[in-house]
Amino acid sequence: MSSNAITVPGIPVEGKTWIETLHEWVTTVDHKRLGILYILYGLGFLVVGGVEALIIRIQLMHSHNDFVSPQVFNRLFTMHGTTMIFFMVMPVLFGFANYLVPLMIGARDMAFPRLNAFSFWLSAFGGLLLYFSFLGGSGLYGAGNAPDVGWWAYAPLGARAFSPGHSTDYWTLSTLVSGFGSIGTAINIIATIICMRCPGMKLGRMPLQVWLYLVMAGMVLIAITPLSAAQIMLLVDRYLGGHFFDTQAGGSAVLWMHFFWIFGHPEVYVLVIPAFGFVSEIIPVFSRKPIFGYPVMVAASVGIGFLSLSVWAHHMFTVGMNSYANSFFAITTMAVGIPTGIKIFNWIGTMWGGRIQFKLPMLFCLGFLFQFLIAGLTGIIQASVPVDWQLSLSYFVVAHFHYVIVGGILFATFGAFYYWYPKITGRMLNETLGKWHFWLLLIGFHLTFDVMHIPGLLGMPRRIYTYEPGRGWDTLNLIVSIGALIQAVAILIFVWNLIISYFKGAKAGNDPWDAWTLEWSTSSPPPAYNFATVPVVASARPLWDLKHPEDPDSQYE
Amino acid sequence: MYSFALLFCFMTAAAAADPASPGTNVFAPQSTPARSILHLSTFVLTVTGLIFVVVFTLLVYSISKFRAKSAAENSEPAQVYGSTQIELAWTIIPVLIVVVLFMATARVLHAMQDAPEPTNAIDVTVIGHQFWWEYRYPQLGVVTANELHIPVSDPAHPTPTFLQLLSADTDHSFWIPELAGKTDLVPNHPNRMWMDPEHTGTFLGQCAQYCGTQHAKMLLRVSVDTPADFAEWIREQQRPAVADERVAAGRRVFETTACINCHAINGTVASGRFGPDLTHLMSRSTIAAGAAPNTPESLRLWIQNPEAIKRGSLMPAMQLSKSDMDALMDYLETLR
Repeated sequence: MSSNAITVPGIPVEGKTWIETLHEWVTTVDHKRLGILYILYGLGFLVVGGVEALIIRIQLMHSHNDFVSPQVFNRLFTMHGTTMIFFMVMPVLFGFANYLVPLMIGARDMAFPRLNAFSFWLSAFGGLLLYFSFLGGSGLYGAGNAPDVGWWAYAPLGARAFSPGHSTDYWTLSTLVSGFGSIGTAINIIATIICMRCPGMKLGRMPLQVWLYLVMAGMVLIAITPLSAAQIMLLVDRYLGGHFFDTQAGGSAVLWMHFFWIFGHPEVYVLVIPAFGFVSEIIPVFSRKPIFGYPVMVAASVGIGFLSLSVWAHHMFTVGMNSYANSFFAITTMAVGIPTGIKIFNWIGTMWGGRIQFKLPMLFCLGFLFQFLIAGLTGIIQASVPVDWQLSLSYFVVAHFHYVIVGGILFATFGAFYYWYPKITGRMLNETLGKWHFWLLLIGFHLTFDVMHIPGLLGMPRRIYTYEPGRGWDTLNLIVSIGALIQAVAILIFVWNLIISYFKGAKAGNDPWDAWTLEWSTSSPPPAYNFATVPVVASARPLWDLKHPEDPDSQYE
Repeated sequence: MYSFALLFCFMTAAAAADPASPGTNVFAPQSTPARSILHLSTFVLTVTGLIFVVVFTLLVYSISKFRAKSAAENSEPAQVYGSTQIELAWTIIPVLIVVVLFMATARVLHAMQDAPEPTNAIDVTVIGHQFWWEYRYPQLGVVTANELHIPVSDPAHPTPTFLQLLSADTDHSFWIPELAGKTDLVPNHPNRMWMDPEHTGTFLGQCAQYCGTQHAKMLLRVSVDTPADFAEWIREQQRPAVADERVAAGRRVFETTACINCHAINGTVASGRFGPDLTHLMSRSTIAAGAAPNTPESLRLWIQNPEAIKRGSLMPAMQLSKSDMDALMDYLETLR
């Protein structure tokens, strides 16, 4: 705990040496500081994973390119996937959870501040461990360095016979360790939301963001545990002579696939559900209307949470399950589209009849709506099992899930950055740079990921370090790579904006967006204790009630 | 309007379908499984395309219609909290759409996956290896590698080919987009797929499941022959290797080096199964699972320095002397 309890991030206190400041940040248990640490850590890995993606795209610019060797390429896509899922998107979303949940429910901190710090440092250690593989991965065998088994490490590729050395162990251990961190944070989020709400904050009055974090945390608990179990079983196979996944000794490769995807698919929803939260907070404020159908939105979120636990084997339609299993996972997968569709309609309903202001957070959320619509529809296409026999494992799938993660989750998360940056730092992000960031990212994104669907339809499988000429893939891949470079420029502008606005941005004030949730009632950045007096709320929009005493929401409850 | 780009993509790919040239286009089916998939795809694409148009229009309309007229506008719009009727409508309609999509899917799924095998079907066992394909014709006693030969199937009297899919090491996936969807080759988990090509010709594809370093150069070539050509090809493959005395020196090199640990040549001591069967090496148009054409130059390079053709392949560099190499090349040339 810091020696000075009312120190706030962003406001340097005179007379403190840098080593004291560093010590305070490293030992902090303040949810806001841990949130910022999580976010910065995730942004660091966004740059690292992005550089890996760029090298991949340079290699694939034309057929028979020789920019990197197949070994390096295989490491790159393994590291890119693992980094972006485990060490970029998850930390950033957990960071916003840490920062926002207590503020939104009128609490002074998370339920377990020390567990919170412990979880963050576990996750951070996991990321460092993964990248330490570049130094330590070859072990005594001299085979490989970074893991090269793909982010899902299908058995038996991860067995000792096919993956000597320690590179796969680094992958296993780093995701295992960060997985424990995620479980800790999930427990913390659930306990905080259940136990720490301010007086009057009934479950039905929580901001949707908090609801969605509750669903997300519940899913983390259910989804991460099978992955952790599978990782431990893999380690038993590799070092204690087990045969769970060792097919040469009668183990089952399909078992690993089930273990991985019963984690892997809910994981996608773990990532997208907080993004739904961002959109559900931002669209109402910039449409100047409450969210349309709050109870239905809550029900749809919980519904997605449950349904998404029953769809995992749609990643395995080509593995040779029988036709009944294939049918089951087809219908559950299509069924997830129903609550997701309800959400999209409710966001449109929120904008309907509003006064939409095209500020930066709203622009990114509109990008999210269009792109998530397409991502959802290409998902439905692939849920149709025979169609998936053609599309699965091809570049169509790569385009589809990048549409979800970049076009959906990342766009919503950028919206969240523009929306809450003023609260976190006390300063506004630069509008001009933000517009450049938005438009360049939008153009780059569509160049890359719209076009990427086509090579998949023309028979290009994923994870190939090079391809044959004369199949009609060259020009398309060149366009995809050019789009990736444009996106990289957009990300650089964003990072520059984060830095320059921290020092030179306009002062934000407490409530720059004229918003309605509790975090905007305290100062920007908030003091260590968040609220001088614990707030009391009477509706889902406490600040609306305060600003409109003649027509408060509480009147209609 | 940028999102129409995606629909445009689908249409471009569909338009690029040219049945005449060998390709890997899922929109140019040449066999019943691929064709049923295309029909189902067209239906699913139409339904999702309609959903896209409706929701896209709603989005664009609400964004352009309800934009704030001026920044100075102070009053808040009417605060609407929801509507049960509308919520019900946009719950029930998607439920109906899902039911329809699922029915269409289940029908094709069952028809393709549970199709009974006719008695006159050709059986081929496909075994995935790091990074090449082994083909065995159990009814015909033929073992070959990398280039699959199957007979064309007359729609009036179908002679489909049924593939039994096995793996010798890691997971692989067999994918010839114009003939059928892909099915994985998973160790300890035999799978099955079938195809009944309508036209003769060469069909391309490649391994679709990441299987290790050279996943990218594990290419597939399927030659669809007329029944007569297929029978002729089978007869040639059934013969043991020719024993030509003029190339006895090269044969000795083959039989006394590590070649025989991995490769088999019928009628010699070589019976290795780790690498492709070479009994009729010269009947194939490519080597190294399609990574190079089967010319004397590339074959020589492949034996001396496989890394130059396929980095990370499991073929070792053989380090032969010039004279041994020449003799061996002469011998391999006779394996027709």
